Amino acid sequence: MSTDTFLPTDVPPTRPSHKVEQLKPDLLLHTNHHLCPGCGEPLVLRELLEVVTELGAAERTIGVAGIGCYTAFSSAIDLDLIQALHGRAPSVATGAKRMLPDRLVFTLQGDGDMVNEGLQEVIHTAARGESITCVLLNNGVFGETGGHMTSTTVIGQRTKNTLEGRDGSYHGYPILIGDLLAQLEGTVYAARGSVHNAAAVASTKRMLRKAFESQLRGQGFSLVEVLTMCPTGWFIPTADGPGYLDDVLGTVHITGELKADGKLVTTAELRARSQERARRQSAPGQEAERV
Amino acid sequence: MQRLIEGSEAIADAAVAAGCRFFAGYPMTPFTELLEHLARKLPEVGGTCINAESELEAVGMAWGAVATGARSATGSTGQGLALMQESFSEMTLAGLPLVIFNMSRGQADYFQSTRGGGHGDYRHIVLAPMDVPEATELTQLAFHLADRWRNPVLVYGDYLLAHTYESVEIEPIDYGTLPAKDWAVDGSAGGSGKSRLVSSLGMSKDPKRSVDPESLWKDVAKRHREIEATEVRVECGFTEDAELVVVAFGTAAKFVRYVVRQMREQGVPVGYVRPISLWPFPYSALAEAAERATRVAVFEINAGQMIDDVRLSVLGRAPVVAIGGISTDASGFGVGRLLDTEIIRERIESALKGQEVPV
Repeated sequence: MSTDTFLPTDVPPTRPSHKVEQLKPDLLLHTNHHLCPGCGEPLVLRELLEVVTELGAAERTIGVAGIGCYTAFSSAIDLDLIQALHGRAPSVATGAKRMLPDRLVFTLQGDGDMVNEGLQEVIHTAARGESITCVLLNNGVFGETGGHMTSTTVIGQRTKNTLEGRDGSYHGYPILIGDLLAQLEGTVYAARGSVHNAAAVASTKRMLRKAFESQLRGQGFSLVEVLTMCPTGWFIPTADGPGYLDDVLGTVHITGELKADGKLVTTAELRARSQERARRQSAPGQEAERV
Repeated sequence: MQRLIEGSEAIADAAVAAGCRFFAGYPMTPFTELLEHLARKLPEVGGTCINAESELEAVGMAWGAVATGARSATGSTGQGLALMQESFSEMTLAGLPLVIFNMSRGQADYFQSTRGGGHGDYRHIVLAPMDVPEATELTQLAFHLADRWRNPVLVYGDYLLAHTYESVEIEPIDYGTLPAKDWAVDGSAGGSGKSRLVSSLGMSKDPKRSVDPESLWKDVAKRHREIEATEVRVECGFTEDAELVVVAFGTAAKFVRYVVRQMREQGVPVGYVRPISLWPFPYSALAEAAERATRVAVFEINAGQMIDDVRLSVLGRAPVVAIGGISTDASGFGVGRLLDTEIIRERIESALKGQEVPV
């Protein structure tokens, strides 16, 4: 993997930083932020804002931000926003949507926010079939507090309070939130994307678009879970973030659509498909399937 | 048109008359009937009532609704409101005009209502009606004051208020014009460079003030000082020549006022002070009444909470004694034996004689 676009945080930079490309979406007021180098969250924010623009929905969108590193975006996003308390964004979004049913309403939450503190809120909101879209930025740690275990931290993952790695018999097991929500009748669309490489970023954008479109059709609840890099919270070199995400979180929280067009697919099934693809790719003489 | 209706229904009708269009709550005795009535009445006027899955979710939903500019409310008993306190505190900082109903079990939520069980520097306007007709007025006033000050307002009732049938006429009350809700988030300002942010964190889209909690907290404190200076509501009776002033709020005050009036007719020099706003508390009115009295007695159905504010008002001008106390029926929700005019009269007479009353 090329490290050209990463600024290491563990050694002094070898050359001055330089702008690679202008990627500021229209709905961002400015690009100032306090997020760490290598963070995956700005990628998701950019895609989300691009999708809102592409859908022509900027003038009828309400965002509800949870509490996490991404909260810092609140002052930069050029959309009407409500700041919620930790975990409470789905309920706040419910109230806003019920009063203004023709608006596109989304939440922006982390795994600590949605899967720890606010688990029952998101489950009930999905069960009620609220026509809102919850966007989960899942990095498997409490990034803002400095790298602590969350409910999505995978077995073996080291955090500040699982120093030898998460041990299921002691710390319990990770929650596959996408599966949990996909099975509810009120959920019309659930997908798990990632931002560890360009293909995953493109696929995640399609997921966001499908989720928003299902909401605009008034069909019910939608979830887009996105695996994001947190090299600071994972205590790894910045440039290793995408690889770590794919190898550690990505092998448990498998990416793909979990519910679409009335069809339910479990993470276990996604894992089996991915293993089958890998097997075919490694087998000589067979055509590699497009990922 | 006068109608004989239950207090809960009267409050629900008053909320609807005030323009409330969103309510979310979780059933809990003795608040449940208010939720029931609103579940029926709000959809009739195009509003929404959600039977929330928990108190945390109820207040969250009300937060989202009120942030869009809709008049919105939630409620519970003190126990349920305890679960909502984090949100109440933050909604105060976010400047959100939420109305909260506490149909409490007795009067032991005075501290919770006036001090708040939440974190940080915050205050709610607290209105304590003594009967159903007053509750219908104060409910409408609550929505007005919430919008006027962009601050939550709590209506403090109890089992008796929620369940007593009284004859009332409920018409919309005009409390005057209010500023436009230009702060509300309706989703229309995206991409304009002037999109809005409703936040309790001191964050703003103004790059010069993108994160500035200190200024926010100072603004909120200033707002609260203004409320203290303008929104005190109190009823005083016979205090100009009373030797003993009895202080009571809410349902208890209705009983105390009846007893004091009876005693006055018989020439006994007693008076009463009834705080209608528990916050801001009528410190000055009480101080003035205590100036001329030899003793101040507090009748409240709890172990002694409002008495702290009475002492702060009186500041040693006269002895302050408790003549109320813990009192409930076997359910723990309802009304105990102390809410009895004979018992209250005995206790007032003891206080007049300087005798101690067992609390």
